[in-house]
Amino acid sequence: MLDALTWPQIFAALALQLWPVWLAMVVLFAASISFKRSLGLYGKLFDSKVGMVGFALVIFWVFTALFADMIVTHDPLAQFSGMRNAVPGSALRDPGDGYPHFLLGGDALARDVFSRMVMGSREVLRIAPFAAMISFMIGISLGLPAGYIGGKLDTGLTFVANLVLAFPVILLFFLLVAPEIQNTAIPRVMAGVLFLMPVLFFTLLLNARYFTQPMKRNLYVGVVLLVGLWAYSGLAFNADPLGFWGMSPNLLNVFVAVVFVNAPTVFRIVRGITLDIKTRDYVAAAQTRGEGPWYIMLWEILPNARGPLIVDFCLRIGYTTILLGTLGFFGLGVAPESPDWGSTINQGRRLLTAFPHAALAPALALMSLVLGLNLLADGLREESLKD
Amino acid sequence: MLLFLARRIGVMLVTALCLTFVVFYLTNLPAKLETLAKTQAGSRISDAEVASWLDRNGYNQPMLTRYGEWLGVAPGWTREDADGSVTGRCYRLADVSEPGAAPNRCGLIQGYWGNSTRFRADVADVISARLGATGILMLWVLIVMVPMALMVGVLAGMREGSRTDRSLSTFAIASTATPEYVSGVVFIALLASSTVGLSPLLVNWGVIDGPVLFQGNARSALEKITFWNFFLPVMTIALYGMGYVARITRASMTEVMTQQYIRTARLKGVSFRNIVLRHALRNALIAPFTVIMLQIPWLLNGVVIVEVLFSYPGFGWVLFEAAANNDIELLLAASVVAVVVVLITQLISDIGYVYLNPRIRIS
Repeated sequence: MLDALTWPQIFAALALQLWPVWLAMVVLFAASISFKRSLGLYGKLFDSKVGMVGFALVIFWVFTALFADMIVTHDPLAQFSGMRNAVPGSALRDPGDGYPHFLLGGDALARDVFSRMVMGSREVLRIAPFAAMISFMIGISLGLPAGYIGGKLDTGLTFVANLVLAFPVILLFFLLVAPEIQNTAIPRVMAGVLFLMPVLFFTLLLNARYFTQPMKRNLYVGVVLLVGLWAYSGLAFNADPLGFWGMSPNLLNVFVAVVFVNAPTVFRIVRGITLDIKTRDYVAAAQTRGEGPWYIMLWEILPNARGPLIVDFCLRIGYTTILLGTLGFFGLGVAPESPDWGSTINQGRRLLTAFPHAALAPALALMSLVLGLNLLADGLREESLKD
Repeated sequence: MLLFLARRIGVMLVTALCLTFVVFYLTNLPAKLETLAKTQAGSRISDAEVASWLDRNGYNQPMLTRYGEWLGVAPGWTREDADGSVTGRCYRLADVSEPGAAPNRCGLIQGYWGNSTRFRADVADVISARLGATGILMLWVLIVMVPMALMVGVLAGMREGSRTDRSLSTFAIASTATPEYVSGVVFIALLASSTVGLSPLLVNWGVIDGPVLFQGNARSALEKITFWNFFLPVMTIALYGMGYVARITRASMTEVMTQQYIRTARLKGVSFRNIVLRHALRNALIAPFTVIMLQIPWLLNGVVIVEVLFSYPGFGWVLFEAAANNDIELLLAASVVAVVVVLITQLISDIGYVYLNPRIRIS
C-alpha cells in the first residue's frame, strides 16, 4: 500500500490524468487563433478575454466528456473495500494493476469521486445541448409565425406560453418527472408533439428555399424527412426499426420536461425579435418581390436575428445544465447509480458537514461549466455588438 | 387604467383555472390514485380491492366532475349505505354523519382544502403554518438581495467599461452561474463543517466557542432566528437571484447614462454624484422593479432547494414532502398557492410598470 498523496501531488496527478484534454485544447486554441480572421463570429471570440476564458471552460468539459474513458482512474460504479468516505489522495488498499489512489477521495458507497465526476460530464453534455437545441427549434417554429402573422394565432400561442411560464419550474418537475408518470402515455405524447417540431422546422426551411427548383427540393426535403422521421420514430416512440435511435423512459421523461420548460422562453424571445425585424426595409422588399411568408420568416428574418439567438443559446445550455442538476438533486428521473452531477450532490449532502468532498467535486464541476457558458455568451454578445 | 386592470385580472383567472386543472389532472392520474389506495388501505391489497376502494371513495367519477367537486362548483358525491348511514365527500370534510347535515358543495372556494396523508392534519393548517416560516425566509432574502443587487448594478452601470464595471459584471455572471444546490454545498463545506473549511481554524485560534461558525441546519430558526442559523440559507437564495437583477440594473443604468438629459446635466456642471443620485437613478430603477417582482416566483425554486438542503420546514419543504410521499391533497393545495403567488406577482409587476413609467402606452 502506497502513502496518501498531499494536495500538490493530487493536483499534479489530476493534471497528468487529464492530458488528452490539455492536448486537444492546445491544438484547438492554436488552430483557432491562427485562423481567427477567417472564422467569422467564432474567430472574433478570441479577441475578447472574457469570451476566451468562457470558451476554454466549456471546451474543457466537452473534451473531458469525449475522452472520459481514457481519463477515469476507476470504474465509476465499482465499490472498493476500505475506501468509504476516504479523503482526497487516499491510497487503495489493494490496487492490483489499477490506479493506486482515489484522487478526489471516495463517496459514501466507496466509489471514486473523480471518476464519477468525469463520467458525470458525459451525462450532462449528452442531454443539455440537445434539449436546448430542440427548445430552440420549437421556439423558432412557433415564435416566427406568432410575431410575423400576429392576430389570433399570436394571442393563442402567447397565452399558452404564458401559461407554461406561470408554472413554477420546480412544481412542474415534481408533477411531470415521477415514476408513475413514466408509465403513462403523457411523456410519449409530449415527446410526439415536441420532437415533431425539428422535423417540421427543417422541412419548412428547405422547402421555402428550394420550392422553385423541384428536383433539388425533392432531394433535400426527402433526405430530411427520411432521417428526421427515422430519428423521430426512435426517440419519441421507441419504435425505430433499426434500433439506432432510442431513449430510456426516464431519460425521455427528463428530456421532455426540460424542453417543455425552456421552449416558451425561447418562443417569447423569437417573437419579440420578429416583431422588431418585420418592420425593416428588406422584409418589405421581400414582400414586394412576392416571396411567401415562410421564406420571409426563415430566410429573411431568422438570419438577421441570429446574434441574440446565439447568445441566448449559450445561456440556455447553462440553464438546462442547472435544471438537470436540480432534477438530480431531488432524485427525479435519474437511474439509481447514475454518476450525473445533480444526483451525486444529492447523495453527498447527507454527510456534507463531515465529508464534503463527495458533494463538492460535482458542485464545482457544474458551476465551472455553467460559468463557462455564461462567460462565452457574454463574450459573444460583446463581439456581435461590435459589427 | 381600470379597463386594463379588469382585463388583466380576467386573464389571470383563466390562467389560474387552466393551471389548477393541469395540476389536478397530473396529481389524480390513475397510477397515483392506485398508490394512494395502497398507502391508505394497505400495500398488499389486490387490484379488485383497489378498484373498490377507489369506487367507495368517489375517485371513479370523470376527471372533470372531480375537479368541479374539488374546486367547489359541483356538488360533492354522496352515497347511502345499506344500513341507512350517509357518507360523502362533504360529510367527511365537514366531519358530520347525520344525513343532510353536510353542505352541498365543499371545495377550495368554500374553504375545504382536504386532509394531508403525510402530516395527518388539515391541509389548510399545514400550509398556513409553513407559509409563515417561508415568508420570513423570503423577507430576509429580499432584504439582503435587493439592495445588494441594485448597488452592484448601479455601480457597474455608472461608468460603462471601467474596471469597476468589469469586475462587478464578472461577479454578477458568476453568481448567476451558481445554483442554490452548489452555493449551499460550498457554504456548508466552507463555513458550517466541523472538520474542514474555516470553522476548525477559527476554533484553533480561539475566535469562536462552538464547533462551527455557522449552522448548516436551520431547523432551530423556527423557534429563534439568529444570525448564525439563518445567514447561510438566506445568502444561498439571495446569491443566485442577485446576479440577474444586478445585470438588468446595469443594462438599464448604462442606457440611462447615455441619455441627452444626463449630458445636459453634466454640461450644466452638476457633479457626477448628483447626476447619478438625482437624475439617473430614478429612471434606471424602473426595469429592475419589474424584474424583482418577476424574480419572486423564480425564488420559489431556490426556496424548495434551500429548505430541503438546510432542513428548514417551510412551504418549499412541504411541497417536496408532498411530492415525495404522493400526498395528493397537500400537493394540490400547495400548487394552488404557488400558482396564485406567481400570478399575483405578475399582476403587481404589470401595474407597477405602468405606474412607474408614465410614457407606457396601454394598448
